[in-house]
Amino acid sequence: MHVRSAIHFALAALALAALPFLAAPSAVADDTSDPVADARAFQKYFTEKFPKLKLEDFVNGPYSMNEDMHRQWEEKEQFPPYEFSVEMGKEMFAKPFKNGKSYADCFPNGGVGIRQNYPYFDDKEGKVITLELALNRCREANDEAPFSYVKDEMAALTAYMAFTSRGKPFDIKIPNDPRALQAYQNGKRYFYTRRGQLNFSCATCHVQSPGERIRAEVLAPALGLMNAMPIYRSEWSGMGTTSRRFTTCNSQIRGVPLDPQADEYRDLEYYLSYVSNGLPISGPGARP
Amino acid sequence: MASTIRVRATSSGETTEVQALIQHPMDSGFVKDVKGEIIPPHFIQQLTFEYDGKSVFVADWGPAVSKDPYVKFSFKGGKKGDDLKISWVDNKGATDTITAKIQ
Repeated sequence: MHVRSAIHFALAALALAALPFLAAPSAVADDTSDPVADARAFQKYFTEKFPKLKLEDFVNGPYSMNEDMHRQWEEKEQFPPYEFSVEMGKEMFAKPFKNGKSYADCFPNGGVGIRQNYPYFDDKEGKVITLELALNRCREANDEAPFSYVKDEMAALTAYMAFTSRGKPFDIKIPNDPRALQAYQNGKRYFYTRRGQLNFSCATCHVQSPGERIRAEVLAPALGLMNAMPIYRSEWSGMGTTSRRFTTCNSQIRGVPLDPQADEYRDLEYYLSYVSNGLPISGPGARP
Repeated sequence: MASTIRVRATSSGETTEVQALIQHPMDSGFVKDVKGEIIPPHFIQQLTFEYDGKSVFVADWGPAVSKDPYVKFSFKGGKKGDDLKISWVDNKGATDTITAKIQ
């Protein structure tokens, strides 16, 4: 009895002693991990996996993955299916709200050519602000009802904003704020965490297997994924936003999608956009 | 409102290649909405491309054609700068017409 309780005591003491040591390194690792090195390694992985591709080609997703698809894309770009949406977005952007203000008043540079700066970290709120979120907040601030995050009007607005920013390199900044770094880390964790009945992470398809087929679809590389948003998907016969892409991805792996613009998705978009820094905006895109 | 038709026609001298994209819901009449009610059929029945007073391409469409349809074809003849007239009529009698210059 004495011996056993002594062992118990010793084990408990050991466990207690070990705890700070176990907890400390992971916390330190989080604080010191370097997004700059992260992004470099991320881009290096893809450029080495696809040595024939130029860095800016990655923004065309599956259409950059083989020659046949590339020819399809060139043909499609001559007559892009997202054209109607861009036009609708342009009209919406020009039309003032009931109070006389417009979207242009909510954004720097009147909302033109700024897509590459979103999402950004807002130090007042301590959270990531995506373009879709900023647009709906702009509506609410002007006493207009918010739009659905997934398609139609929201896609038209973001399509127009992306269209005016084409060719500008993604310029996502992580300010010197532990919360910003945390948001980035959370996004990264979300990206690499397996979930759903199929036990897939985002990375399973978009890091491990880009260029491979999943049924009839060619998987897009994670690098440059955000640059093409929003997208016209033939499968949807319509436009979809980043929110739509995230939620449908989660249901396709038989997981339960979060609400559009949940904190996790905002962090994920932050992470994914950051690692594509330097690649040009190509949105709105067209995808099979 | 902006036109529902986008056209690009390019002449190579002998033939003219035409691409057109039309914005239309093309509801088949077999699909239900979120409330479970049938979305009434609404689709383009005839699409016509006219060049020099003659029809060069006529399509009799039905409910099986997809939303925002796209058409590509080429015809013999057609000169740069000439007009190409495109029009459609749907089952509700709505119609739209546009005249494009061949490039």
